Amino acid sequence: MAGVVYAEASRVYPGAHHVRAVDKLDLAVPDGEFLVLVGPSGSGKSTALRMLAGLEDVDEGAIRIGEREVTDLPPKDRDIAMVFQSYALYPHMTVADNMAFALRLRGVSKEDVSAKVKEAAKLLELTKYLDRKPKALSGGQRQRVAMGRAIVREPSVFLMDEPLSNLDAKLRVETRANIAQLQQRLGTTTIYVTHDQVEAMTMGDRVAVLRDGVLQQCAAPRELYDRPANVFVAGFIGSPAMNLSTRPLAEDGVRLGDLPVPVSVAAELREVTLGVRPESLRLVGEGEPAFVLKVELVEELGADAYVHGRLAEGGDRIMVRVDGRTPPRLGESVRVGLRDAGEIHLFHPENGLRLTD
Amino acid sequence: MTTVAIRRRRRRVGAISLSTLTWVIAILFVFPIIWMVLTSFKTEADAYTDPPRLFFSPTLEQFSGVVDRGFLPYLANSTFVTVLVTLVVLVLAIPAAYALSLAPVKGTSNALGFFLSTKMLPVVAAIIPLYVISQNLKLLDNVWALVILYTSMNLPLAIWMMRSFFLEVPTEMIEAGRVDGASLPTLLYKIILPVVAPGIAATALICVIFSWTEFFYAVNLTAARAGTVPVFLVGFITSEGLYWAQLSAAALLASLPVMIVGWIAQNHLVRGLSMGAVK
Repeated sequence: MAGVVYAEASRVYPGAHHVRAVDKLDLAVPDGEFLVLVGPSGSGKSTALRMLAGLEDVDEGAIRIGEREVTDLPPKDRDIAMVFQSYALYPHMTVADNMAFALRLRGVSKEDVSAKVKEAAKLLELTKYLDRKPKALSGGQRQRVAMGRAIVREPSVFLMDEPLSNLDAKLRVETRANIAQLQQRLGTTTIYVTHDQVEAMTMGDRVAVLRDGVLQQCAAPRELYDRPANVFVAGFIGSPAMNLSTRPLAEDGVRLGDLPVPVSVAAELREVTLGVRPESLRLVGEGEPAFVLKVELVEELGADAYVHGRLAEGGDRIMVRVDGRTPPRLGESVRVGLRDAGEIHLFHPENGLRLTD
Repeated sequence: MTTVAIRRRRRRVGAISLSTLTWVIAILFVFPIIWMVLTSFKTEADAYTDPPRLFFSPTLEQFSGVVDRGFLPYLANSTFVTVLVTLVVLVLAIPAAYALSLAPVKGTSNALGFFLSTKMLPVVAAIIPLYVISQNLKLLDNVWALVILYTSMNLPLAIWMMRSFFLEVPTEMIEAGRVDGASLPTLLYKIILPVVAPGIAATALICVIFSWTEFFYAVNLTAARAGTVPVFLVGFITSEGLYWAQLSAAALLASLPVMIVGWIAQNHLVRGLSMGAVK
């Protein structure tokens, strides 16, 4: 087992535009950590993972696994195992042979191979299916075989590239928990790529948010949610997304409709980007400080309801998360206040960086 | 009757008429072959009756007649040429197609275009130079001339076919192999070739059929010594007239090997190409 270090690692695709798919990525993953790389499509998260796997060249910088520099090593010499989005099982081999393949190539003795495969199969509840070919398995079982193929090798690092995106919603939630548990039990350093921020938040010890090949923030899920480093992270992490709007800055703070929001920032700014999560807002009665929202859409989810509307003055859209039992009606005007005065985020209007701590 | 029942009946009527049509077309296509098989078991006298006789006492005399006319050397030539050509084509086409699909370089599309262009010249246009070259190389009426020609004739086709099969191999599966520690030969033999096996079977079948049935080169470049089965069949068209029953027997013997190979290949063809590898 070992940690992973990206040292200013870049991947630049050749061609007229020199696309920097991953740009000077600096990231240190300690031994045993579950790190999630998250970002929208095209953010370079998969490329970063494939650079670590050796499937993609590292054009600048370096990558280390443990004490070893692996930047120019082929995949087979990096002591890693990878779970692919499509599972990429060998269709002509049985489940047992799929799992045994890497071990046999390394010249592990027959008895050891068989023992390790059986152990992994037991762990993943695949014992019954060892003699089957992949085509005779369900999607969830194939996913587990892909996991098993990685586990039997006992590598330094697990790499997972959106391993759950081909499963249906229910199975995905189940498998999500299983993978997190399994990783805790094995204690193997894991780099996990996903575009699903729920997966990122629930599975990762830490989450690294990428955008256009540039690392935006790497922090524990709670920290990411409570203190997003910039506007992009603020908007990307959290579901439903944070309400973000740029408003003029007065002496006493900013106003959200009629609601004054006291803020204190360096005075030279005339505007500031205000972020408020939908769950930080609540419906309030007369007399409490509030702004008025004209309801344009209500999404009922059972436990909660998301109320979409515009500030009565027109302009910015705002979403409020309310109790699912008593949602307001369409067209109604509701009074919305802050749940807690501290639950606001302020960002620089131009560079998007966080202003408050 | 409810609308559901009507719809269901309509659908059944549709299905029945469709399968009837399919049967009619299939029988139309197969009928000449069935007729050939039937005729091959008749005596020449039975074969000439008008109206044709469906019931007759079958005989094997036509088959022994075919063998007596010297069928076996031609069969041996055809077998030798076909087997050798198919093997050589596969040995050359598989690595070429691998390189042209999974490891492309700058000139890949030019190379592919070049291979295809070799099929653009009509064989008739090439036969005179080929005849002269064969004569100069002392390869007239020599099976090796056919081996060389059939190999070069089938190779471009086989490369293009195999390439399309290689292109269907999931990239992630190959990457999984690399991460699992496979070197290029291991990757090729243990992972990629088993997955494209149905494609190899299909390519081999095409190659066998083309080599077995090729007539134009064979009839122009060979005679008694290196002649192949199609050349033998033409020998039945004589000035004394046609021997229908014996010709049928010879034609049946000529087509049997291809049918058998086709049947064997079919078992490999039906397996899904990369079923279960991804998703």
